[in-house]
Amino acid sequence: MTTDISAALGQMGVSEEQADLLHVAAQFCREEWPPERARAMIEEERGYDPDLWRRIADLGWLGIALPEAHGGAGLGIGEVVPVAEQMGRTLMATPFLASTLAAQLLLMAGSAAQQARWLPRLASGELVGTLALGEPGDEMRALGENEEGGFLVSGTARLIEHAAAADLILLSVGSGANRRLAVLETATLPAGVLRRETLIDDTRRAFELTLRGFELPGAAVLRKEAAGPAVAHAELAGALLYAADMVGGAFRVIDYTADYLRTRKQFGKLIGSYQALKHPLVDAFIGYERARSHLYAAAHSFGDQERGEVAVRMAKAQAETAYAYAADRAIQFHGGFGFTYDCDAGLHRRRALYDASRFGDARTHRKRIADMLF
Amino acid sequence: MTNTTSATKTESETPEPRDYAAEADAWFAENVPADPGFMLPLTFMEVGEDRQFEFLRAWQRKVYEAGYLGAAWPKDYGGRGLTEAHQKAATRAMRKHRGPILLNAIGLNWAGPLILDIGSEEQKRAYLKPILSAEHIWCQGFSEPEHGSDLGNAQLKAARDGDDYVLNGSKIWTTQGNYADYMILLARTDLAAENKYAGLSFFLSPMTVPGITTRKLKKLTGEYGFTQTFFEDARIGADCLIGGEGNGWKIAMRTLEYERGARGGQAGGYVSIPPDLMEIVDLARSASRDGAPALSDPVLKDRMVGYLMDMHALSLSSERKRIAPLVEDHPMALPLMGKLEFSELYRELSEFALTLLGPKAAYYVGEPNAADDGWWARSYLNAFSATIGGGTSQIQRNIIGEHVLGLPKTR
Repeated sequence: MTTDISAALGQMGVSEEQADLLHVAAQFCREEWPPERARAMIEEERGYDPDLWRRIADLGWLGIALPEAHGGAGLGIGEVVPVAEQMGRTLMATPFLASTLAAQLLLMAGSAAQQARWLPRLASGELVGTLALGEPGDEMRALGENEEGGFLVSGTARLIEHAAAADLILLSVGSGANRRLAVLETATLPAGVLRRETLIDDTRRAFELTLRGFELPGAAVLRKEAAGPAVAHAELAGALLYAADMVGGAFRVIDYTADYLRTRKQFGKLIGSYQALKHPLVDAFIGYERARSHLYAAAHSFGDQERGEVAVRMAKAQAETAYAYAADRAIQFHGGFGFTYDCDAGLHRRRALYDASRFGDARTHRKRIADMLF
Repeated sequence: MTNTTSATKTESETPEPRDYAAEADAWFAENVPADPGFMLPLTFMEVGEDRQFEFLRAWQRKVYEAGYLGAAWPKDYGGRGLTEAHQKAATRAMRKHRGPILLNAIGLNWAGPLILDIGSEEQKRAYLKPILSAEHIWCQGFSEPEHGSDLGNAQLKAARDGDDYVLNGSKIWTTQGNYADYMILLARTDLAAENKYAGLSFFLSPMTVPGITTRKLKKLTGEYGFTQTFFEDARIGADCLIGGEGNGWKIAMRTLEYERGARGGQAGGYVSIPPDLMEIVDLARSASRDGAPALSDPVLKDRMVGYLMDMHALSLSSERKRIAPLVEDHPMALPLMGKLEFSELYRELSEFALTLLGPKAAYYVGEPNAADDGWWARSYLNAFSATIGGGTSQIQRNIIGEHVLGLPKTR
């Protein structure tokens, strides 16, 4: 008798809202973020366009997965996927993912008052949120808790996206059962505590935060008992949304390379007629289609307990594999041009490496799947 | 073409899919045959012995007579006039209870849908029901010894002579050619055509006329299942032509779409049993490596998760291809990829299973010491029939590259 694990695997499906968002986001991103804008933004310190941010907010996308009572659409993280995917297709860079995930932490662990205070302003885009869940090696410690539940924070947190532009940092302090989440208002931070990190992905911005005895008031600390589940939820949601970004990027880099193979001639022939280039590009495309099937299954199954977790991990792992291969071959197939900074293949390969590193890489997710299923 | 008689069925004759599914489940639970005491083919390309052939022919007839094959084909032609959903439910039940494969693959999946779509009324009445009942076994005559991947260059000649065509030439890789009653045949009717494609025509040819002989081909596995088929002044009626002279290439391409699952209309059931990943997981659990279960090796585990993801992606994609909003960029991509993905993955999986056997990988079918009667070795070697047949994996990549990604032609 063989083991049956089909009940633990993601299932395919699409909601009407997802289909609608996919259409709108595809058009919006294509029109608003042509390749030259993505490149121009690399040179700007802020790393995103506040005007674009406003329009994203006006479309309601910052509140897709927030309750209507807080100005959201009352949908789930699965409905954010088509938007994140289309942003990935155009290498769009904004604090969209960071702010969406920060709001999820507040939704899962914030008190009623904290939610009422922050969520409507995050949903409307008035405030930009980001999160610092603690990367390996980070240490953010709480000292001297007072009677209001506030404490002093010391330590370092890394890879906090758009921290300099953000109004709120959802900060994880301590670990294990002592982990706490707090809303850090960046306006209250002393000067010089944020350092812009040099990332492999030039389209992104991330910062290191170093605090020494910074005083967090009790009102800023989220419900302690909810911190663990909230972080688990945000990590899974983060894996799903970065998978979406990678699936989008994989599509674009394959398209970009196919275009080159259709027009570039060597030895009197279009180079796309050579099977040594054609066949690996088809393999990259197959990897992309597999990733997209996993992605939308994960988006559909996100709410289911075990099924959702396995599906998200598969989506993140396959998205990394597919995007890495597609962008790697894209550099090679562009020949000498591929080795220059002007070729978009490089932007994609670097974005793929960055995205892979966030919320668990493929190896980590495959190991967790093995532990869960085998 | 119009067909009014089948449109008169009443409500009571159309069971609810759910009721039909329950009936099918009960029927297969009851009727899936016991192990016959000899190895049954895992695919229709592996029917190498008469006893296998007779066993599978009887099984297909039984499934058909019980109403679980051709459920969605029109009643006038031997079907049940139900829906695809009904047939899918029956196929699911058959799979669940591990029924043997259906024998008449080319009739059920390629010739049948083709005749349903473009055949004359006479052809539909003559051919469809015996395809379902396995009374008529069908084979395919596309590849020739000198023209495998270059199908458009097929040279077998069909010369018009009064009310007949006279066939001369040879076809190869004819699955079940030694058992077949009919062949879907691609032949050259016009030697002077402006290009190689325009000279081709398509026939529903009998195999039982004088001048057609077959020779069994011994496969990589040491078994049989294919023939080379020879045509020496073989006469077939002009009414065997389908789709009109000169349209053979177009019809052959259409037939390949049925074969690759890019076009529907198949009678149902299944004609091959893929390797089951969970059986491989169980194999890894019981196999020992360095004194520990192979499954405790993190490297093997990681690879198995990879295969699980790939297998699951294929099943997700087969659902996604019907969800319009999720395939708008390239609607034909998933249908065109299926054959390449399945065949290559099955080959990899079987090969991976072999690597779990350790010293027992030395044994082959027939050896009592072999693990699972040599199933995995046979499965791996047979897997090449699908990566080579029906258009090699390399040809599939050309097709996807050119038709989906718009890359320039290789030829």
